[in-house]
Amino acid sequence: MMGEMLKKPQYIALALVAVIALIIYNLPTQTMSRWKLAISGVFLPLFGLAGSSQQLLQKTGNTVLPRKLLAREAERLRLENEQLKIHAMQSAELLRENAQLRTSLDWQRQTTWKLKLARVVARDPANWWRTIQIDAGATDGIRTNFPVLTSEGLVGKIAAVGPYRSQVLLLGDPNLRIGALVQDKEVRENGIIVSGGGPLDNNLVGLQYFSRNSAIKPGQSVITSGDGGVFPKGILIGQIVDMANPASGLSTEARVKVAADLNSLEEVWVMLP
Amino acid sequence: MNAINPIIILLAAFLAVYFESSFSLFRNLLGAQIDLLPPLMVYASLTTGIFTVALLAVTGGLLFDSLSANPLGVSIVPLFAMGYTIHRFHGLLLREQVYAQFAFGTAASVLTPLLTLLILLSGDSNPLVGWGTVWQLLIIGLTGGLLTPLVFATLDRLSRALNYQPAIQVGFRPDREIKRRRGTL
Repeated sequence: MMGEMLKKPQYIALALVAVIALIIYNLPTQTMSRWKLAISGVFLPLFGLAGSSQQLLQKTGNTVLPRKLLAREAERLRLENEQLKIHAMQSAELLRENAQLRTSLDWQRQTTWKLKLARVVARDPANWWRTIQIDAGATDGIRTNFPVLTSEGLVGKIAAVGPYRSQVLLLGDPNLRIGALVQDKEVRENGIIVSGGGPLDNNLVGLQYFSRNSAIKPGQSVITSGDGGVFPKGILIGQIVDMANPASGLSTEARVKVAADLNSLEEVWVMLP
Repeated sequence: MNAINPIIILLAAFLAVYFESSFSLFRNLLGAQIDLLPPLMVYASLTTGIFTVALLAVTGGLLFDSLSANPLGVSIVPLFAMGYTIHRFHGLLLREQVYAQFAFGTAASVLTPLLTLLILLSGDSNPLVGWGTVWQLLIIGLTGGLLTPLVFATLDRLSRALNYQPAIQVGFRPDREIKRRRGTL
């Protein structure tokens, strides 16, 4: 009976696939992560090609732009640059003052953020995860759990690191939970950011574990609380859209519109320690 | 059968996974990323042998999972289950008919992610699932169904272009030609 079965190619193929799937699926997490990065390495030439062609297109586009438009853009950037310089000057003074006060109060000094720019090369092909791949890895000093952000706000954190690429867990992924703080003139409430927008809306996340009589309301800003040690305090996450009381009635939940547009990420900043 | 067909199918799987991870037009427009591997599996199971089906399931599944947060290998079994089932009955199926291709493409495109989700939910993973998943499966099924005839047409043409064509058997045989000459009869 068994011998007969083994003669049929269908059963041999079935057995082979079952064995391969079982072995791979039961690999230790570290080994699986290494295998994943090694296998996804076959896409590197295509990612590189896509990046180069995008740059080429951009350069070609720049050459055909009218001179008048470029001059106007340069003038706008010059003004913006001057404004930013003045803000930077003011910030430097505030920073110095803050450091002095912290020293006099014997508080720990705040460190300035060091950032590394990375290009988004791929998104998760599965519809049930929120991850992206970026073109910076261990060789650029990236490690797991480093925060990832854009100028608009927080994006997520590094989940896995390869030599030249890393995987980023985006806000809203079921595996990412972040300590958050609703900060307003009247209110200061702690909560936890979880996936809450459902599979269709990438830019909505849930905010849970508020006390039932908290004074949070739509429009208030949500920032990282710094709890947990992964994200520094003060990175903007988004704004509260609406609230609901869950069936248990013990706490309040809210939905938060993420400040960074997670659907159109092209470049992100990785925060280095 | 030679090695051209499996190579074409594996190359198509590689490009399909790259497309899914790099182009987000469908995801941003419809809220769901289309899946090109199930239509490819329908093509492989109706056109090639069971070992090519197995090879596509393992390679396609590994490539897909490597760019995803899925545990590695989780997509292999659902893909192979689709391919194996269709291949078992491929003698009875109307491979050439566009509506049959659409039906198999739709069914495979819905069942493959559904099976993957079931495996994930039965393990330690906690994928993002909700009412929106029904909409996503609808979009994946519909686009998969529409793409399957396109996959058949493209890969059949490519296969014909790269393979040796079978010699055409004609009724004419030179040794049986009746030579008519003037003066005979």
